[in-house]
Amino acid sequence: MIPTEGNDLMAKYMLLIYGDAAQWEAMTPDERAAHDARHAAFREAAGPRVAGGEELEFAPNATTLRAGVTGEPITTDGPFLETKEALGEYYLVEAADLDEVLRLAALLPEVHASHSAVEIRPVVFHG
Amino acid sequence: MNDDVVAAVASAHRRDWAQVLATTVRLTRNLDLAEECTQDAYAQALRVWPESGVPERPGAWLSRVARNRALDVVRRETRLRRMLPLLVVDATTAGPGDDPGGDDRLRLIFTCCHPALGREAQVALTLRLVCGLSTAEVARAFLMREPAMAARITRAKRKIAAARIPYRVPAADQLGERVGAVLQVVHLIFTTGHTAPAGPALVRRDLTDGAVDLARLLRLLMPGDADVGALLALLLLNEARADGRRGPDGRLLLLCDQDRSRWDAGLIAEGSALLTQALRRRPLSRYAVEAAIAAVHAEAPSWERTDWTEIAGLYTVLGRMWPGSPVVALNRAVAIGMRDGPQAGLTALAPLLDEPALATYGYLSAARADFLRRLGRRAEAETAYAEALALTGNEVERDFLARRLDDVRAAGR
Repeated sequence: MIPTEGNDLMAKYMLLIYGDAAQWEAMTPDERAAHDARHAAFREAAGPRVAGGEELEFAPNATTLRAGVTGEPITTDGPFLETKEALGEYYLVEAADLDEVLRLAALLPEVHASHSAVEIRPVVFHG
Repeated sequence: MNDDVVAAVASAHRRDWAQVLATTVRLTRNLDLAEECTQDAYAQALRVWPESGVPERPGAWLSRVARNRALDVVRRETRLRRMLPLLVVDATTAGPGDDPGGDDRLRLIFTCCHPALGREAQVALTLRLVCGLSTAEVARAFLMREPAMAARITRAKRKIAAARIPYRVPAADQLGERVGAVLQVVHLIFTTGHTAPAGPALVRRDLTDGAVDLARLLRLLMPGDADVGALLALLLLNEARADGRRGPDGRLLLLCDQDRSRWDAGLIAEGSALLTQALRRRPLSRYAVEAAIAAVHAEAPSWERTDWTEIAGLYTVLGRMWPGSPVVALNRAVAIGMRDGPQAGLTALAPLLDEPALATYGYLSAARADFLRRLGRRAEAETAYAEALALTGNEVERDFLARRLDDVRAAGR
């Protein structure tokens, strides 16, 4: 009855994984193995819907460029925001709707630890 | 205009608004447009029904008008619409008579109460879209200015579209969490209307009626859900006392002063029957325990002859389900005092005096004052009543406390 619309395709979502680097570093080898296994389970469940994703070096290794007083970019040491919990990893996934993303993201170990969380940001559709 | 027609439109508004809007949403896949078309349909009813007469099935008439209007707009705007984020709607088109998972009203409720929306946004959207309150009415219920409430509703709708919150009854693996959110929203709408924090009207019928209608609808669509039945029982048992809460002068009466013959025996019976079913279910619903407390009050012949042993026991159960709730602990202490006498009540209240969450809670001072008065400790009672009075904003409760304070002072002279 209503024609299929152009933006009826899958949408993209960025999963931004935030947490306390000190606690990630403090994991025992067993904890690390369990952590990695959960990521593997996530990737397997998501399959071809994962369009990208990487683990990032810890925030102290970040370099930030921002405008100085003259408007010229200045290079500074550290992340954009100095916080205890920082971006540590990301996935770019394709999904039909938010419920599907929520179901997948719930598999990630970071949503089960007290110091970390996964922020889900819809990617803007430009047609 | 013909009064009968106005009444018929008002009745169709209350009964059919959610259904008309919800079916139109599936067509437009845009909440704003569906809302406009639904409003247009009701406006058209006001124009047409005085001439044509009220149709036999007003809801079907309204749905058809809203649907035709939506189809017109959608055809004209197709190119523009291609650029807009559309609501994610399942391909399956279920109509009446299908399984409850296919009911459009249920889809609408779950979309409005999606956990990706803040609680305030969930409540505002549910009142506007499901209960059909105007934005001005929703704003008034929450003591907000209309533009601020309009902005809140607009932001929520934008998020539904941008984040692709689906127009769907959640699948089994997500249903539990989602039903919990829906029930909290319905409960919050009811309590906001029931205790009216401020304003001349002490009870907001539009909110309590809206909440009861929602709970009845949920019960109809999800008859097997234990929490849904328990919440409906709780609302009905409270609603049954609504008329008794107002005195001859229209002012609120406290439970201990109410004329119990004015309570609605039909609603009490209906609520009690639902409660009996809910109490058999495991795990026990928090709403079932609260409904059981309401039922003990509803079935008691008087405040004094209430089964306080039962009430204290139920608050103990509730305290276990809701650990650390100081208000539950306070209610339990009051029940113990009613059961075992004022000295026992004071002893039960003692540990709560240091509770920071209750530091500005007038009911704690009022409960202490009452026990002290009954023990004849007048000077202490006077101080406690004065404290309660200073902490209470509700006019009717202030009147009550002021009268008690006067009595205590007079007795001391």
